[in-house]
Amino acid sequence: MLKSIGKILLGAVFVGGLFVPHAFAETTLNALFMAQAAYSEADVRSMTEAFTKANPDIKVNLEFVPYEGLHDKTVLAQGSGGGYDVVLFDVIWPAEYATNKVLVDVSSKITDDMKKGVLPGAWSTVQYDGKYYGMPWILDTKYLFYNKEILEKAGIKAPPKTWEELGQQAKIIQDKGLLKTPIAWSWAQAEAAICDYTTLVSAYGGDFLKDGKPDFQNGGGVSALKYMVDSYKSGLTNPNSKEFLEEDVRKVFENGDAAFALNWTYMYNMANDPKDSKVAGKVGVVPAPGVAGTSEVSAVNGSMGLGITAVSKHQDEAWKYIEFMTSQATQNQYAKLSLPIWASSYDDPTVTKGQEELIAAAKLSLAAMYPRPTTPKYQQLSTALQQAIQESLLGQTTPEDALKTAAENSGL
Amino acid sequence: MSGTWMTTRAWLLMLPLLAIMVAVIGWPLVDTVRLSFTDAQLVGTAGNYVGFDNYAKMLTSSNFTRTLTTTTWFAVISVAAEMALGVLAALLLNQEFRGRAVLRGLMILPWALPTVVNATLWRLIYNPEYGALNAALTQLHIIDDYRSWLGEPGTALAALIVADCWKNFPLVALIALAALQAVPRDITAAALVDGAGPFNRFRFVILPYLAGPLMVALVLRTIEAFKVFDIIWVMTRGGPANSTRSLSILVYQEAFSFQRAGSGASLALIVTLLVTVLAVVYATLVKKTAGSAA
Amino acid sequence: MERKSPVFTAFIYVCAILLAAVILAPLAWLFVMSISPAADLAAKPLRWWPQTADFSRYAQLLSRAENSAGAAFTSSLRNSLEVAGMATLAAVVLAVPAGWAVSRTPSVGWSLSMVIATYMLPPVALSVPLYMGLSWLGLLNNVFGLALIYLTILAPFTTWLMKSGFDSIPREIEAAAMIDGAGLLQTWRIITLPLAAPVVATSALFAVLLAWDEFFYALLFTSDQRAKTLTVAIADLAGGRVSDYGLIATAGVLAALPPVLIGLVMQRALISGLTSGGVKG
Repeated sequence: MLKSIGKILLGAVFVGGLFVPHAFAETTLNALFMAQAAYSEADVRSMTEAFTKANPDIKVNLEFVPYEGLHDKTVLAQGSGGGYDVVLFDVIWPAEYATNKVLVDVSSKITDDMKKGVLPGAWSTVQYDGKYYGMPWILDTKYLFYNKEILEKAGIKAPPKTWEELGQQAKIIQDKGLLKTPIAWSWAQAEAAICDYTTLVSAYGGDFLKDGKPDFQNGGGVSALKYMVDSYKSGLTNPNSKEFLEEDVRKVFENGDAAFALNWTYMYNMANDPKDSKVAGKVGVVPAPGVAGTSEVSAVNGSMGLGITAVSKHQDEAWKYIEFMTSQATQNQYAKLSLPIWASSYDDPTVTKGQEELIAAAKLSLAAMYPRPTTPKYQQLSTALQQAIQESLLGQTTPEDALKTAAENSGL
Repeated sequence: MSGTWMTTRAWLLMLPLLAIMVAVIGWPLVDTVRLSFTDAQLVGTAGNYVGFDNYAKMLTSSNFTRTLTTTTWFAVISVAAEMALGVLAALLLNQEFRGRAVLRGLMILPWALPTVVNATLWRLIYNPEYGALNAALTQLHIIDDYRSWLGEPGTALAALIVADCWKNFPLVALIALAALQAVPRDITAAALVDGAGPFNRFRFVILPYLAGPLMVALVLRTIEAFKVFDIIWVMTRGGPANSTRSLSILVYQEAFSFQRAGSGASLALIVTLLVTVLAVVYATLVKKTAGSAA
Repeated sequence: MERKSPVFTAFIYVCAILLAAVILAPLAWLFVMSISPAADLAAKPLRWWPQTADFSRYAQLLSRAENSAGAAFTSSLRNSLEVAGMATLAAVVLAVPAGWAVSRTPSVGWSLSMVIATYMLPPVALSVPLYMGLSWLGLLNNVFGLALIYLTILAPFTTWLMKSGFDSIPREIEAAAMIDGAGLLQTWRIITLPLAAPVVATSALFAVLLAWDEFFYALLFTSDQRAKTLTVAIADLAGGRVSDYGLIATAGVLAALPPVLIGLVMQRALISGLTSGGVKG
């Protein structure tokens, strides 16, 4: 009743104001992307342009939000009749999106050629409960970047192979007065901190969950957080890391203010671009190190996929668009900020040319990618963990206690 | 014209406004009350009746008490500072000096600046690596090293309060200035003749004129400060370690990030109740000051 | 008149300069950032004044090339204008009869008090049902839906201001017109509204400023260029992949210009509006 009154009143108030100057092609898709890491906005725009040139009857509206807004925007748009058709989603969300029917099951649309051609690690990004909820698009993990010039000045021959060695090398750089705080991380109270933490958890052989219950408060999970706290307290880590996101890390690294930085693929070619970066040509990249006796390298699965929302009225066109965006041809063409999901691309000279170092690191890292926990309550778990990480860094509590509290507040 | 017709006509004239308010505020408020007794999800399940479970859960959670404390600190300190700075600025602007008109005009600028722009601006100023505050303070040798203003729990809330004050004290100043200009000159002159010192003149002659308008500003600003969302969302999102998380941000997380519409609604109503109690207490005080000033 | 000592005069000038500096410094810095080359903004020690002024970011944000960052910004500018315009227009249209009714028939005044009291409600207390309601009406991510909600933020203020305005117009003038046979609408048109025109203008300006500033509902209820307003666009820009702080500052300058210009030009009207609200409570 009240709702219909609302409708009538609305009509009364805005009658005559109804001018909507949108020219429609035959089908208009709305797609949600992020303005952070991986493909740049410009890349996504030109990929999309190529798609609409090939499919003139489809128009694609692009929307970019910060990663921090991506999840909430996707969920909130569910209620909207004209919501998004295609959304970018992080590897941690399929469980929730599948449970709440945000994304449609596209298992039947995945061809055998896709199944064979795409790297297995990429598939885990879009799967939940044996079903496929989209196509992987960004195959990404965090690498250890280093400033070759600074390492050379410090007399360091090779980048670190273990996390302990990273600390030792940073100490040398600090002692020689080359940099006050050589290591930069993204430890702001955000998902970025969880990605750095997960990398370390994988290095220390920890587990997030055991039998559906939190297990990060034991063993490797605690060692990982202890490493972060020690590195922070020793002054080797830039203390501002606790308010950095990936973009801040990149800015600091590109400005020559960090010798080491943990970041996604995209930083390699951006930091090597002399237009914006002061360290172009001096960027080194290796897999994130391991822990002696436990792991050789460490990596977090930070991949993302493209899916079709349950409210989309143009699911076929949406899939066409996703197929185009994730195709090997498109991905090979734009392989500078994000590496392809296709196995054979890694031996394709058009992809590897000029970024051999990155490809070499990728081959090791992508094979070691460690997942964040798969649960519909991921957001709550992550929020609790973010708080634990920050409280430990700030010395408000010990890593052990912080993680115990996080386990209690994780909702699992 | 008869009184009843006047009244009926008045109601008819108010009807469009009242109808819209009922539809867009009244109904959602009632529905929030209903939701608060269910375990409804934001999208999907409509939810079952769960009694006072949500309230019990929210009121006993450590998150709530902590967030309430944070919000109270934010509100009390920022409003007190805005009042003090506003009155001081008004006293200054009430003096005669060259350029006074221009300075009065400037006061409107921070108030007109959109809140989100203000927050973004201050976030850039506080930037730990490239911010203007660190640069200025080190160049003036006040601090030796760049600091992480929004990254330390000790300074993050203070930094937010400074940003909030900067935007809002000019409003208080303008309200106070208008009240000061209503103080008759001969009264201050008479007090001067009586030999009252500057403090006593302020306390007994000027303050009674200021009390009423300042009370109103105080009420408005306190309510605003208790509801604070925008400036924190843009500057810290509640970090570091949740030390700047306000009640509104907690509700947002619960209802929209975690999609628990039911418990989010109960939390929102608790906040509403707190603000209402505050407002009623203040309203009583306003009436009292208005009475004593008259 | 009290005689002022030179020391006191000097003290006043020092304070005035200090106050001016406090007000202007952050605003000036916002502008300087918007025209400084990116390298200057990342320099240590910081360069406070650019060697060459660079206005290219303004062109970048105001360009309308399809699917560009500029298009995203200009569309949010358009949305903000549309939403603020519609909500303000509607808020004034509702406020005139309602304000007049309360002014002339104080016995219905309590309903206006109730309307004004809604200002106390935190938006989060309404957001979930509003979200569901707008979704049901198909008005999520829609400028009309957003304007409808803004209307309820603006209308209490405009109605209050209109009521104060009507209070100062003597009833006798209206009564005289009515005795001459003018109906209510005619009386308003000929007598009341022309006299109240300054108040109408003031309340409209207030409403525009309020609507322009709103962030929370826009954050929740809009999702893309079709409805996203400027405040959300700026928050997105500041949180996203922009390594150039100057671009964020430029967006801030552009978003601040309309309200700041309104503020400066209409200073007198705004201050009298503010204080009439303030003094009369």
